[in-house]
Amino acid sequence: MPQYAILIYERETPNGVADLPPEVLEAHMRVPERVEELGGKILNAHATQPTSTATTIRGDVITDGPFIESKEAMAGFFVVEARDLDHAVAIGRLVPIVSGGVEVRPLLAG
Amino acid sequence: MTQAHTTAVQRVVADAHRREWAFVLAATVRVARDLDLAEECVQDAYLVALDAWAREGVPRNPGAWLTTAAKRKALDALRREQLFRSKLPLLVEPDVTEVDDLSDDAVQDDRLRLIFTCCHPALAREAQIALTLRLVCGVSTGDIARAFLVSEATMAARMTRAKKKISAARIAYRVPTASELPDRLEAVLNVIHLLYTTGHTAPSGDRLVRVDLVERALDLTRMLRALMPDEPEVRGLLALLLVTDARRSTRTDADGRLVLLEEQNRSAWDRAAIEEGHLLVVEALRSGRPGRFTLQAAIAALHATAPSYAETDWPQVLTLYDELLRVWPSPVVALNRAVALAMVRGPAVALGEIEELERDGRLAGYRYLPATKADLLRRLGRHHEAARAYRAALDLTDNGAERTFLEDRLAEADAG
Repeated sequence: MPQYAILIYERETPNGVADLPPEVLEAHMRVPERVEELGGKILNAHATQPTSTATTIRGDVITDGPFIESKEAMAGFFVVEARDLDHAVAIGRLVPIVSGGVEVRPLLAG
Repeated sequence: MTQAHTTAVQRVVADAHRREWAFVLAATVRVARDLDLAEECVQDAYLVALDAWAREGVPRNPGAWLTTAAKRKALDALRREQLFRSKLPLLVEPDVTEVDDLSDDAVQDDRLRLIFTCCHPALAREAQIALTLRLVCGVSTGDIARAFLVSEATMAARMTRAKKKISAARIAYRVPTASELPDRLEAVLNVIHLLYTTGHTAPSGDRLVRVDLVERALDLTRMLRALMPDEPEVRGLLALLLVTDARRSTRTDADGRLVLLEEQNRSAWDRAAIEEGHLLVVEALRSGRPGRFTLQAAIAALHATAPSYAETDWPQVLTLYDELLRVWPSPVVALNRAVALAMVRGPAVALGEIEELERDGRLAGYRYLPATKADLLRRLGRHHEAARAYRAALDLTDNGAERTFLEDRLAEADAG
């Protein structure tokens, strides 16, 4: 089955995950189970530390902060196996978002 | 072989191109599992047909003949390139068990798979339109580029990019399931409607209407209606296009100048198209809560069946606009509603609505907003302000016929 990266973008808040409303956090916890119900398979999943901890390398220069500065930043990602794009998009829709969005990106076939 | 014979065969092939292209391509994609390869094979099949039909006579079922020829070419190509192709992602098709699952769906024509794939919401709208014209209608890339005023290279690049996405992101070659259908069908109807409106008032150039686009849009809607006879909004769209298009010949005068609805020669409207559209509206309205296209068609039908502009059932038009605004809250609908409001409650009341739309800001840059405002001001005798609004509308208008109309009105307002 084809694989897709589900990239999660959220508005950054001072305390990161701790600022998420409890019902959103709970919805996040339920994502794996619901992906399975949809017939998808999560291969791996990661949440990232806030962009204030990121380091960017451009050529020889190293700077503090993320590669792209924006209000919404990548907060995490997971890789799923899905039947096709519609299936992957249905899985992406399961991710609760407060203020931001989700990008579905097909992976190069190995 | 005589010249007349060759010409006759050419005509039959051209006719089969127009009628059968979608059918042949859609079936070939199933075998080729790649849009580009399928397209090449179908193109080839039409070329071979020119020769073969001239020699052996025209087959009884040209569509089936062409499909067999194109599929055979696809299979040959696949065999030749088997090793190479096994490394490329092929178009995703539901496997056999899923096909069985889908068989309760009323619709399994391959052409529907093709239309829904071309109009997939994960593709940019302009790519959806280009793919639909190329793959469903068989229009050449060059002709599509000319219709949308971009270079052939730009249009070709746009289509290549979209086809690559279909393949790399695995947009499935299938008809949406029942739960997905409402959204997906709306995307298809939007593409066809946009195609129609682009042809109905060409974005630029001297001619108001681009007949080729208008007719492709009508053909597509008729095809969709044949494939999905129970969808009320498909009926609604067909009705809308028929009734609107019935007025085509009267929208400009002999010199190509714009003639407003108010002054069009109603006796020259295509009565048969209006009647067909009217019946479709009645059917669509009967099948439950009307959608956007059905309501627009109902409004267009009221205009088309009215004896004159003044004798139009404006209160009913206004009621339909209220309903339309509810199911499709768009500022463009609010603007059109203001025109009906002016007829029911006078231009001053309507002007208030227009000013509210100006404050709203979403229609900034939309030429019909200042044009409508100018007309209301003109009717209120506020010539100075009307002239200013006509100038604002002119700044936003590129179509030659529309510009001439606005310039004439501006001259009147300046004189007034």
